[in-house]
Amino acid sequence: MSDVRDVIIVGSGPAGLTAAIYTARANLRPLVIEGELSSTGDQPGGQLMLTTEVENYPGFVDGIQGPDLMGSFRAQAAWFGAEYVTEKVTRVDFSSRPFVVEVGTTQYRARSIIVSTGARAKMIGLDDERRLLGYGVSTCATCDGFFFKETDIAVVGGGDSALEEAIFLTKFADKVTVVHRRDALRASKIMQERAFKNDKIEFLWNSEVVGLEGDKALTGALVRNVHTGETSTLAVSGLFVAIGHVPNTSLFVEQLDMDEAGYLLTGDGTRTNVEGVFAAGDVADHTYRQAITAAGTGCMAAIDAERWLEAQPHEADIKGTPADW
Amino acid sequence: MAQLEVLTDTTFDEAVGASDLPVVVDFWAEWCGPCRMVAPVLEQIAIEHAGKLRMAKVNVDDAPSVARRYDIMSIPTLIVFKDGVAKKRIVGAKGKGQMVDLLAEFL
Repeated sequence: MSDVRDVIIVGSGPAGLTAAIYTARANLRPLVIEGELSSTGDQPGGQLMLTTEVENYPGFVDGIQGPDLMGSFRAQAAWFGAEYVTEKVTRVDFSSRPFVVEVGTTQYRARSIIVSTGARAKMIGLDDERRLLGYGVSTCATCDGFFFKETDIAVVGGGDSALEEAIFLTKFADKVTVVHRRDALRASKIMQERAFKNDKIEFLWNSEVVGLEGDKALTGALVRNVHTGETSTLAVSGLFVAIGHVPNTSLFVEQLDMDEAGYLLTGDGTRTNVEGVFAAGDVADHTYRQAITAAGTGCMAAIDAERWLEAQPHEADIKGTPADW
Repeated sequence: MAQLEVLTDTTFDEAVGASDLPVVVDFWAEWCGPCRMVAPVLEQIAIEHAGKLRMAKVNVDDAPSVARRYDIMSIPTLIVFKDGVAKKRIVGAKGKGQMVDLLAEFL
């Protein structure tokens, strides 16, 4: 038998890395399968790798850069002995013990699993969206905003992340139009106030983007009023999509219970329907979705896993125990 | 780790035009999270495929005119140059395996 670990952590955002810090300090030798590089939200370090200033993570009076914060989490877990595999899990099997996690043809096995694969930004789903990604369409305002100096651009969405992006983008753009499906924002009051106060931000209410124009690069967005059905073209050279998130749970379909939107269901702390498999962070949370709540549930999952492992009979113990005890 | 060759507005044309090998140019910036993640991948590829291609990087803050000339609108963007001509464009961070696949025709 090859090495069976105590715990494998799948995913490496605030939840996964906090779970790694706690399980490493509990001498459980965690293996963190941290994911593969991308620019879409499921990369190592998670969604914070696509942000700049994080202002609401406790302990940093002047704020901290998202990638710097995640770099510190990672280094802290490594310091206590966490190991990393920088690849994407391709298959899991939670139906037998030990649990199996595969990365291509490499198989890892563990007695317990912490799932912290997070969520990624949703796309609108238009035909031209993929084609124009990197040519005006962007899922990462902090990466791409710089290239839209003195231009007119649009942000799609009405939540905190949409307004954060819109405000950030006013550093570069002449005008930022926020296109939102309803006539009121979901975003927090403080973000709404900041956005309404900003002269460069305009709102296009009750509207959705139904098409994109541009041959080699984006030139405009086709916008439809959801009440009147009227369509018009908004001339923009940049379109930033912030319409919510989808959980990264396709790996776990038919193995772990999830809700209609695909978020993992947990009960009694961080337990999933499979005993020994725990879930933490945005993958099981469509309500709070904060770095601090992800870190908090990551800590909970680590403690839940540690206690669960302690309560399990060890193979060695079973062999060593007389049958007539 | 090998450091990638740093190109600027003034050194870009000569470095890319005079090279016998294909030159992979990574357009990046300090403030871009995915760019920082992709840098070690490129450094590894540079070492493993030394002699077949050259790896270089352009900081878009320091070399705005090169970035503008190649219509960079998203970073990281990689452009592969052969005889000074842009042959291929790779937008967004990728893992090493995927990156090597995308560069296969030049290796």
